Amino acid sequence: MDPARFERKSAYEWHIRPFGKMRVPGVIFASEDLLREMDEKVHEQVVNVAMLPGIVKASWAMPDAHWGYGFSIGGVAAFDVDQGGVVSAGGVGFDISCGVRTLHTGLKVEDIDKVKHRLADELYRAIPAGMGSTGSIRLNDAEMDAMLKGGARWAVERGFGERADLERIEESGCMFGADPSQVSAQAKKRQKDEMGTLGSGNHYLEIQRVTDVHAPEIAAAFGIEQGDVLVSIHCGSRGLGHQIGTEFLKRMVIAAPSHGIVLPDRELACAPIGSMLGQEYLGAMRSAINCALANRQMLTHLTRKAFARILPGANLPLLYDVSHNTCKIEEHPFDGVLRRLYVHRKGATRAFGPHHPDIPEAFKEAGQPVLIGGSMGTASYILAGTDLGMGLAFGSACHGAGRAMSRHQALHRWSGRQVVDDLEMRGVLIRSPSMRGVAEEAPGAYKDVTAVVDAAEGAGLARKVARVQPLICIKG
Amino acid sequence: MTVKSHWEHFSHQADVGVRGIGATLEQAFEQAALALTAAITDPGNVAPLKMVRLSCSAPNAELLFADWLNGLIFEMATRNMLFSRFEVHLKKNSLEGKAWGETIDVASHRPAVEIKGATYTELKVAKREDGSWLAQCVVDV
Repeated sequence: MDPARFERKSAYEWHIRPFGKMRVPGVIFASEDLLREMDEKVHEQVVNVAMLPGIVKASWAMPDAHWGYGFSIGGVAAFDVDQGGVVSAGGVGFDISCGVRTLHTGLKVEDIDKVKHRLADELYRAIPAGMGSTGSIRLNDAEMDAMLKGGARWAVERGFGERADLERIEESGCMFGADPSQVSAQAKKRQKDEMGTLGSGNHYLEIQRVTDVHAPEIAAAFGIEQGDVLVSIHCGSRGLGHQIGTEFLKRMVIAAPSHGIVLPDRELACAPIGSMLGQEYLGAMRSAINCALANRQMLTHLTRKAFARILPGANLPLLYDVSHNTCKIEEHPFDGVLRRLYVHRKGATRAFGPHHPDIPEAFKEAGQPVLIGGSMGTASYILAGTDLGMGLAFGSACHGAGRAMSRHQALHRWSGRQVVDDLEMRGVLIRSPSMRGVAEEAPGAYKDVTAVVDAAEGAGLARKVARVQPLICIKG
Repeated sequence: MTVKSHWEHFSHQADVGVRGIGATLEQAFEQAALALTAAITDPGNVAPLKMVRLSCSAPNAELLFADWLNGLIFEMATRNMLFSRFEVHLKKNSLEGKAWGETIDVASHRPAVEIKGATYTELKVAKREDGSWLAQCVVDV
């Protein structure tokens, strides 16, 4: 995009003054280089979101923003129920509560060097990945509803993990306000065989090593040091979330005129928060958040068991679990008043600063861990929320590298086998059922994740704590 | 003028666009369904062994098209199948469809991605200048 289309507020903050039907300004956080690389559609989508009823303060895009559906991926917007605010199925997306969780292993790189291939093979056997894979348990109707109500708490009660895990998950592992009766029979059917599965696309399970520590005091609070081996899991609410997204998108598009809402883009389908449809969506969407939390908890359990078979005695406590496709009620000061807002983050991570009441006691001084997934060949980052970020975009930061090119282009440029061989030469073991899938996810198809997190830090959204690099990647 | 029915993919930064072209609207829907399968695997490697019926309704042709693809995505996910042959019959605001395919065999189909849903992004159903029909949208993978 041409930077001349924006009013530059700082090195990393670009404003679009309200015009036409925009109710608030648009703001993109990015370096000039990242902004220039961004698709024109990001501008259009940031502007469209700014037109939605009840939007508060601004329509934001994070440094990894790219062309999404209705909202850009990397879009953040908050709505006030007292100003006719809306909840948007398009603003949350299809993969409700997709997110990243990171586990400690208590191991150093040299501890796993000798068993790396065995560990990769064992994890690949243990983690159902890719289309057509199924989980090891089937839920009956009562258990499905219990899972949708209980989230990771349900999973722990069923033996998938430890009680201590729950303290390290947003919402303590259980999203309040879930209403499984609002989840259709189709959505539940789609989930029946998918509990404890990774999915495909950009989802992965990685064994990583900490290559750099940028903020030693925060890293100490997070319990990480250079050379540590970590596990990161990136996935979401599986078929259930996708089906809920699909169904409510259609219902909200059809109902929009009856709510007096003119949609600048059908994908921005939304309903007033106070409407019956809005409330039904919130009940279903929160159920999907619990599904995602339960799913990542079950994958954690499978990972621990696989580790125990190869490295007996290894202990894998949870560092943190954070979602990046959600709508949550949060309190934020605005215009001198504390307001209760419905904050949509679509491909954006919550990044609460130090002393926020919703972050675990252990991170009170450090700020919330913000887990940023990169591409499989490059790096990922662990950031921390900041006080400054709370005032910028209601405590939000980027979520990943963001794609630089389409799957189509990637497929023409790389062969999956070549990508796997090249990465193995560089010490990264890839295990995947689909070489075409690997080609579509080639590292070169993504933006430079370091440039993205540098921009997030430069803008003040979050602070860089550590860089991690993959050793093993299980790809769906 | 006769139009050769065909399908194609178009680029979306994060995902895939599926497009069907046909002499009739029905054919365009059928071709787009082939493009949907082709985002996952080569439709030529999927045997049309078993038939599944679908029906959907929506207030307009574009939402109906998204519904058709979402119906197929649901059937693929819950039956663990891939499809390679399609038949669509349209009435005003509803669709009766058939899809033939087989159970996914990961070793032979090597599915590249699992499709989450058909989106309303770049969603278009239209008659083209040459008289052929086009049906397209971006699918989230």
